[in-house]
Amino acid sequence: MALCVSSMLWLLSVRASVAQNTPIVSGGVGFLDSTNTGINFFQPVVAPLVVVPIGRHLLAESRFDFREVYAPEGGKNGPYKGTFFKSTQYLQLDYIAASHLTLTVGRFLTPFGTYNERLSAIWMQNFQDAPLIFPIGTRTTGSSDGAMVRGVLVSKPEVQVNYIGYFSAFSSVPQFESARAAGDRIDVYFPGKRVEVGTSYARFLQGTRNNSFGTDFWWQPWRAPLQVRSEYAHGAHAQGYWLEGTYRLSQWRGADNFIGRLEPLFRIQQVFRNSPGPGDSLPAADTKQVDLGLVYHLPQEVRFTTSYSRKLSATGNANIWDMAITYRFLLPMWRGGQ
Amino acid sequence: MIAIPARVRGQRVRLVLIVLCGLALSMSCLPAQPPHKRGVSKKTATAQAVVSSSGERKFQENCSRCHTAPEQLSPRITRTIVLHMRVRASLSAEDAQDILHYLSP
Repeated sequence: MALCVSSMLWLLSVRASVAQNTPIVSGGVGFLDSTNTGINFFQPVVAPLVVVPIGRHLLAESRFDFREVYAPEGGKNGPYKGTFFKSTQYLQLDYIAASHLTLTVGRFLTPFGTYNERLSAIWMQNFQDAPLIFPIGTRTTGSSDGAMVRGVLVSKPEVQVNYIGYFSAFSSVPQFESARAAGDRIDVYFPGKRVEVGTSYARFLQGTRNNSFGTDFWWQPWRAPLQVRSEYAHGAHAQGYWLEGTYRLSQWRGADNFIGRLEPLFRIQQVFRNSPGPGDSLPAADTKQVDLGLVYHLPQEVRFTTSYSRKLSATGNANIWDMAITYRFLLPMWRGGQ
Repeated sequence: MIAIPARVRGQRVRLVLIVLCGLALSMSCLPAQPPHKRGVSKKTATAQAVVSSSGERKFQENCSRCHTAPEQLSPRITRTIVLHMRVRASLSAEDAQDILHYLSP
């Protein structure tokens, strides 16, 4: 009898365990509108993400981005013309080798700084445009083709130390373009204070070889829905920083009312050009930019974001107005029993 | 066929976007779903909410730093999500297990 009961319990636990492993289709859809120096662009975007667990230690995951960018031809008054862009942001196989070690092969997001890996998804980003210093350390496409090791070195209640090391090969295959590069990232996180300090390093190994360094600081206090994120990066021809603060107004009457769904945003960023760097995707001259924004968190994972940016540069000042509505979805890949 | 100037078309697109957002905004003022259908969002709306379990604390220490919890979460996919986040956020096996218990008690 006991054997029968224990067998049934075991079967139930296996069934529950297997059932929780259903592959998922997640991601975001959005409609982005931007007016930069008087020229209006709009773009519908679909960014699906697929995660498929294979057994207990292997995980296949990928994220793609499909968008049609509509812009007026020939300046401000021409007819709108759409151009389709598609990209494979990551397509990787992870082997969870041990509690503190994961090996990854394939195409992955280049782990330099925090923005690329954590905030670049359209359903997460607060501002439509990536920070000005984003290309430092993530050249040429923000993705790398190769291998990566990552994990947590120290995991204690008071401190966590995370590490990443990677190597990327050169590739010019469409959808899989990447640069030959190597790099690492180490961050120290204090969960009690929700403070993180990280450092990143990348060595560009093709053409003129050069180094990029970065450091980042995040602070998200327990007592308030405040988020402070910042990064500094130094590349071969430029350096700069960004500092972003967000504060969700959920402290008065909770997060689920009209006021509580609002989240004002602020970002300041600066790039200092040390020398000309053709093709490095950074501003051609010293640039300062202030971004002011507002997110409205609608129910059902819908977000409405709007922002105004003032860019000051020797190459020309600009006003940038952005608006976007995004929806994040998360579904099992197939239906089945519970 | 009458050609519509690009500027007018751009304004129309923005107008449509604003109307869509207005509709969504008014929908947000409708009563929320009953709590039993809300999944984990009630538990993790803000970081300053009372932390009742080790898993919830670890969720807020790690996952909530970049995103809020999904409003509805099928129990069939919780392990897949935790595996995904284990890789993304470099979670240890113990932390991942605690978060799994929190998301799928």
